[in-house]
Amino acid sequence: MTRFIAAGMLFLTICFTVWINTVLADTLRATGDLGVVVERSTGSLLIVDQSERAAIGRIEGLGDLSHASVVFSPDQRFAFVFGRDGGLSKVDLLTQTVAGRVLQSGNAIGGAISDDGALVAVSNYEPGGVRVFDAETLEMVADIPTGSKTIGLVDAPARRFVFTLWEAGETWIADFSRDEPEITRIEGIGKNPYDALITADGRHYIAGLFGEDGLTALDLWQSPPLPRRILGGYGRGEKALPVYKMPHLEGWALAGERFVLPAVGRHEVLWVDARSLEETGRTKTHGQPVFAVSRPDGRQVWVNFAHPLNDTVQVIDTPSGEVIHSLKPGPAVLHIEFTPRGHEVWVSVRDAGRIDIYDTHSFEKLGEIAAETPSGIFFTARAHRTGL
Amino acid sequence: MRSAAMAFLLFALPAAAADLPPGRAAELERLVLQDCGSCHGLTLKGGLGPDIRAGTLAGTPPESLAHIVLQGVPGTPMPSWHPLLNEAEAQWIAEFLLKGGAP
Repeated sequence: MTRFIAAGMLFLTICFTVWINTVLADTLRATGDLGVVVERSTGSLLIVDQSERAAIGRIEGLGDLSHASVVFSPDQRFAFVFGRDGGLSKVDLLTQTVAGRVLQSGNAIGGAISDDGALVAVSNYEPGGVRVFDAETLEMVADIPTGSKTIGLVDAPARRFVFTLWEAGETWIADFSRDEPEITRIEGIGKNPYDALITADGRHYIAGLFGEDGLTALDLWQSPPLPRRILGGYGRGEKALPVYKMPHLEGWALAGERFVLPAVGRHEVLWVDARSLEETGRTKTHGQPVFAVSRPDGRQVWVNFAHPLNDTVQVIDTPSGEVIHSLKPGPAVLHIEFTPRGHEVWVSVRDAGRIDIYDTHSFEKLGEIAAETPSGIFFTARAHRTGL
Repeated sequence: MRSAAMAFLLFALPAAAADLPPGRAAELERLVLQDCGSCHGLTLKGGLGPDIRAGTLAGTPPESLAHIVLQGVPGTPMPSWHPLLNEAEAQWIAEFLLKGGAP
């Protein structure tokens, strides 16, 4: 009899456990296919679901989000938002709340998260330098003044951050692998570096120059890395066009065996051999490129353009280097983000107040999402990629 | 006498307001906040480019600002907007900035 009661109790316990798990599974949500869209004028963030192709929430009160960018915690639950006004906000994608916020400077330009997810660094224009925060508490753990506007801040393997000085033309490597940060300064990067990127393997850091035709590459496997000028004089004495929007160098991967880079003040993108870093070709484009982003498989590169030709997106076929498709999503296309495996691309159309979603194989439009002056689109898959 | 009065009237009228076609002011306002804002910040308090809020610009003749807009500043990222804007539009932008973003 006792045995019957015990078996019955066990059965009921199992039933209860199954029931509670079912209920929880219906209310639990994973974050792997989520993302955020920066709404620059209203200082808000739209939380989006890639699979549903829909917005699922909005976070407000994040300050001046013009030129804002976002990185994610390794568990893809938290988005760290870097505002133009120096605001650093930590947004919980699950509870859709602001989990923390500090106003860490007067004027900031992007940030990065360390490879272990423990540190968040912010690049500042005013006062110029980098400040590093505990990702958990947002308490400041290091202040690195540079005396220069600081751009091109990325994470590098082994708890390092790399960034570049606009006025001074130097790149600094801040190593946080020990208790005290150790700084390596590399001079001779060039005149007015405007942005930089790190390759997806974390090996090469490449700074684009505004003050001269060319870029400077650092091999981070060298110690100390020696600056190497690449694509020097790519304009070859031609008069550059006025630049109404600086190109961006973040957020792309290898396109086959080559990189693609936007040319400054020219209607073209430049192809660079990934191994030799020599120029291998150029593709004429509709306007001055702002973002030239490879689809994750590297087969295509999608390009958007500076004002006033910013209503268009062109698709370049990597093997041939030819433009194979042009779209006109609408006024002021600001950003392009691929789904992690590249089957879809999301495009922000600022002045139309829309995110457009396209199939990258058929170029068919799959959907759209209303957003207030959308700029950057950031999917949580960035959490697992160096330099994003 | 009449022509003198006319001349005075013309002189007194802000050139920009008189010369802009309908709807252009709204486009220019968006251009200033969104596109100039790429470098000067959405609140115009500066970024890669300098602070261009009314308080900072106070005392600058609008003609000088209009000249900078049209010609750019050599040796800096400030481009010449001459290919995209005419003089009346540059003048409108200069006055818009000096008035602190009120059209």
